[in-house]
Amino acid sequence: MFIDPNTPVEMLEMRKELLGLNDPVILQYFKWLLNLLQGQLGYSFSSYAPVTTIIGERLGPTLLLASASLIFGLLIAIPVGILSAVKQNTKFDYIMTGLSFIGTSIPQFFLGLGLIYICAVQFKLFPTGGMMTLGGPGDFWDRLRHMVLPVFVLGIVIAGKKVRYVRAGMLDVLKMDYLRTANSKGLHPFHVINKHALRNALIPIITVVAMEIPLLLGGSILIEQIFQWPGIGQLTIQSILSRDYPILMGLNLVAALIVLSTNLLTDLLYAAADPRIQYT
Amino acid sequence: MMTASSPLLQIEQLKTYYPIKKGVFSRTVGHVKAVDDVSLCIYEGETLGLVGESGCGKSSFGRSIVRLEDPYEGRIWFDNEDITSRKQKELKRVRTRLQIIFQDPYASLNPRQRVADILAEPYIAHKLVPRSEVQVRVNRLLDMVGLPKAYKNRYPHEFSGGQRQRIGIARAIAFEPKLIVCDEPVSALDVSIQAQILNLLADLQQELNLTYLFIAHGIGAVKYISTRVAVMYLGKIVEIGDKDELFRSPKHPYTQILLQAYPKPDPTLRGDKRIVIQGDVPSPAHPPAGCRFHTRCPYVQAVCRSEEPALGPDAHAVACHYPLA
Repeated sequence: MFIDPNTPVEMLEMRKELLGLNDPVILQYFKWLLNLLQGQLGYSFSSYAPVTTIIGERLGPTLLLASASLIFGLLIAIPVGILSAVKQNTKFDYIMTGLSFIGTSIPQFFLGLGLIYICAVQFKLFPTGGMMTLGGPGDFWDRLRHMVLPVFVLGIVIAGKKVRYVRAGMLDVLKMDYLRTANSKGLHPFHVINKHALRNALIPIITVVAMEIPLLLGGSILIEQIFQWPGIGQLTIQSILSRDYPILMGLNLVAALIVLSTNLLTDLLYAAADPRIQYT
Repeated sequence: MMTASSPLLQIEQLKTYYPIKKGVFSRTVGHVKAVDDVSLCIYEGETLGLVGESGCGKSSFGRSIVRLEDPYEGRIWFDNEDITSRKQKELKRVRTRLQIIFQDPYASLNPRQRVADILAEPYIAHKLVPRSEVQVRVNRLLDMVGLPKAYKNRYPHEFSGGQRQRIGIARAIAFEPKLIVCDEPVSALDVSIQAQILNLLADLQQELNLTYLFIAHGIGAVKYISTRVAVMYLGKIVEIGDKDELFRSPKHPYTQILLQAYPKPDPTLRGDKRIVIQGDVPSPAHPPAGCRFHTRCPYVQAVCRSEEPALGPDAHAVACHYPLA
């Protein structure tokens, strides 16, 4: 593959034997699996550093970016969705539904580049990219300043999509007779919406939010590239361009683990949200 | 049992309209007149049965009284208080004395709450009972409606329809209210269970000195439990009177037809000739002019089409130009 065509055949064979490329595929797979269990994912073709170290360095920033965006998105989506449902067919509802439509349909790269141009280049409110100022203090506030734009871009898209789910879920529950029962008990309206309506609308909301997490990692590939965020999204692009297969395999593994653990988390959250669901 | 005392509940010209919205800007283009100019009184200790066919506005009327719907016009006096335009927060105090039992016991209980939580919630919200005593009260409620205390920690979906309605009743009597609006409490239940629930309601009425507004479309249940009966047609009361008198000699043609339509358990009476009602119920968005029943009335006259009959002030009152003898 990446070998000088003038290399003698004997040396190639020797190298193949040494790397275990002559073993049966099954054996090679189990060797890989055994290494994996020992935390060994091989070495990067381009930097010769261990794959686990490289991915480990990049995972933290991505998880930080993704979780901050998810929290930001939900902090907008849940209250706005609830209010939109409670005030269905009012001006507030129409405006919010319209905004969520815009939020859903605007391309992330466009919004990202636009915001960089306006907020970073024109008004110099925020840095254009990176995770911290090079040679700067690198403290909490510095990192926060760097996070604002990418988190906003990722979060606004999440909010746009989730507002509709929260609103639809709440509208379903608000029609229910047991809300009328709750009102007739003389409970505070906030208590009725929060305890009786929202809790019953949670299951579909949890489902769509959990589905968002793997998508968020996919979305961060683009955003990390635009904002020069040193996460696994950027690493993915770099590895693809340099055909760094060990790292790509490692990244695939990480992606699979994230999807699986999100699914597990979803199921556990179901049980927490609905006492009728019990896993025995 | 009509007394000269002031009524517990007095409704004056109550109107409950639902707006019909159309177009991009959802302009209100008209109203569904679910309850249209209803006045009546309910006296302490009695059970007023309210009958009428589906969609005549019975449930809207019941919900408007407990202010779960906002009335469009009119006045609601309960326990010498005007509760017509109270905000929901201000209604909190009233809710301990004015309660409602809902029609569908499957949908009216929060599926995520245990029975104990459903019943404890009013006590906790109103803070009228110390926390330590709440569970004692819950046990007593379960006892009163005939449910074993062991069922306390179950969820509503683990109960049958009748048991669920017992939970709904227990919830309503938490503070021993004065008036309970029973919004078709038995129509979602099996006939065998209906009798049990009706008996429970009757027993509780004696025990707690309750007053009922009993809404139903089954004549049987109303005949069993009521002391007075009101008949509703298309948002209006067409006849109201003492139960026995109204059943014996209905004055409004609609009442007569309604009573005849009720299947009789005695097969020897099956041969009786019946007047069969014609046509459908008109739309409550565009009720007919004059008497609302004139489109279907077998005795219709010219005046019925133009002039609306008024409900008199008598004990047995009827809104008809030509009441039956």
